[in-house]
Amino acid sequence: MSNETFEPKIVGFLCNWCSYRAADLAGSARIKYAPNVRIIRLMCSGRVDPTFVVKALADGADGVMIAGCHPGECHYIEQNYKAMRRFHLLKQTLTALGVEPDRVQLVWASAAEGQRLAEAIDKLVADIKRLGPLRWPSNWDEDGGRLKALEEIVKEHEEAMEVPA
Amino acid sequence: MSNGEKPKGKLALYWAASCGGCEIAVLAIDEKILDVAAAFDIVMWPCAADGKVRDIERMPDGSIDVCLFNGGIRTSEQEYMAQLMRRKSKVLVSFGSCATEGCIPGLSNMNTRQEVFDTVYKEGSSTAPVNPQDVRPQPETKVPEGTLHLPIFYDTLKTLDQTVDVDYYLPGCPPEAENIWKAIVAILEGKLPPKGSVIGMNTTVCDECKRKRNEKKIKKFYRTWQIIPDEETCLLEQGLLCCGIATRAGCGALCPQVNSPCIGCHGGNDGVADYGARLLSGVASVIDSGDPDEIDRIISEGIPDPVGSFYRFSLAGSQLRRKKKSKC
Repeated sequence: MSNETFEPKIVGFLCNWCSYRAADLAGSARIKYAPNVRIIRLMCSGRVDPTFVVKALADGADGVMIAGCHPGECHYIEQNYKAMRRFHLLKQTLTALGVEPDRVQLVWASAAEGQRLAEAIDKLVADIKRLGPLRWPSNWDEDGGRLKALEEIVKEHEEAMEVPA
Repeated sequence: MSNGEKPKGKLALYWAASCGGCEIAVLAIDEKILDVAAAFDIVMWPCAADGKVRDIERMPDGSIDVCLFNGGIRTSEQEYMAQLMRRKSKVLVSFGSCATEGCIPGLSNMNTRQEVFDTVYKEGSSTAPVNPQDVRPQPETKVPEGTLHLPIFYDTLKTLDQTVDVDYYLPGCPPEAENIWKAIVAILEGKLPPKGSVIGMNTTVCDECKRKRNEKKIKKFYRTWQIIPDEETCLLEQGLLCCGIATRAGCGALCPQVNSPCIGCHGGNDGVADYGARLLSGVASVIDSGDPDEIDRIISEGIPDPVGSFYRFSLAGSQLRRKKKSKC
């Protein structure tokens, strides 16, 4: 499914204290990396409600990155452990729903690890290019017969209604 | 409608992809059904009263005062009926879990029409032996007298509000008699909340549950048949996947009262965009481990079917709505 012109749309949830600063560092250090991740800054990876992830995918994102401080280094003591547990449970749920596991990735990057974050983004973009577009809303399409079937029902009932009330 | 001297209002009930329990649940308001009959002419109620689609079609638009619509939208005929009842009704209530979130019929969104038909017509233990030619329902069949039509069966079950505009929601599988009566009284007295509201409480089942709660730390999840829980302590703390933490109150914690975990039939509270995601967020955060491999093991041993556990009632109404189709 993948092709050369496919540029994945990826939503990135980065924590304020480590990963977002890693992204800042990657910028000021002029590290080159793929431009596909739209970054949303949150105070903590523990703030990432799984709803954000499913909503991003349902609204057309091809992948999601969640990034936070390394385990043990959370600004809020242990909330990144909650992020980790949620990520694992969410991933098993998404896999059951047919979303390839590589589309949603959890990354730990400290404020000093601009290079690491840039590499993780490059890897995520490469993984998703390999998987191809997700186009989730197209899953809801019914094949052609739906509108015709609805019209048939209306027509049949109108014929049955010809007798005045 | 608030004045008893006024002419009777018109009430309709309709069912789509549902088990019929919602229609029976209305009868559980007991003798109060007589008050309903005194206030309304019941123009449609497939399970309990006569009423023809043709008669509904002949009515002017907006001439039914209230329609309680239960069931999800699974076929073209159901979609047509949803559109018809919407057009003819002043107030359309999404009644019960199926109409609101898809409920159990919505779990077939884990499959496609093809897979559902394979199970029913080809692999079913009672149907396969009598169907050696693998006959399947066709939307059109030509007979000497003309062409016969069957409704189209959709790949994806939709909720009522994914199909037509909905005024109010009444949660539950089925809604409890007490809550149905409260909704009917609100309608009769004209004291309805703003359009789009859920008629019900806005807190969780935990608030109604009398069990003792301590700090939650879970090393192992159990399925209901694996342990007999003690009757005092929070069921989730005992490792049972109790959905009360994310589920809208209003039932009086019926299931936990009888030592059985909440399964989440009321769905989420106001502002929850995806019930399953909220529930799994809460459940995951109390897993007592910081080791990724151990977390994975705890989950896969204790929650083998995460979609069935977290989206049992709400898959069709969730953000993703269904399992990914293999070709798209």
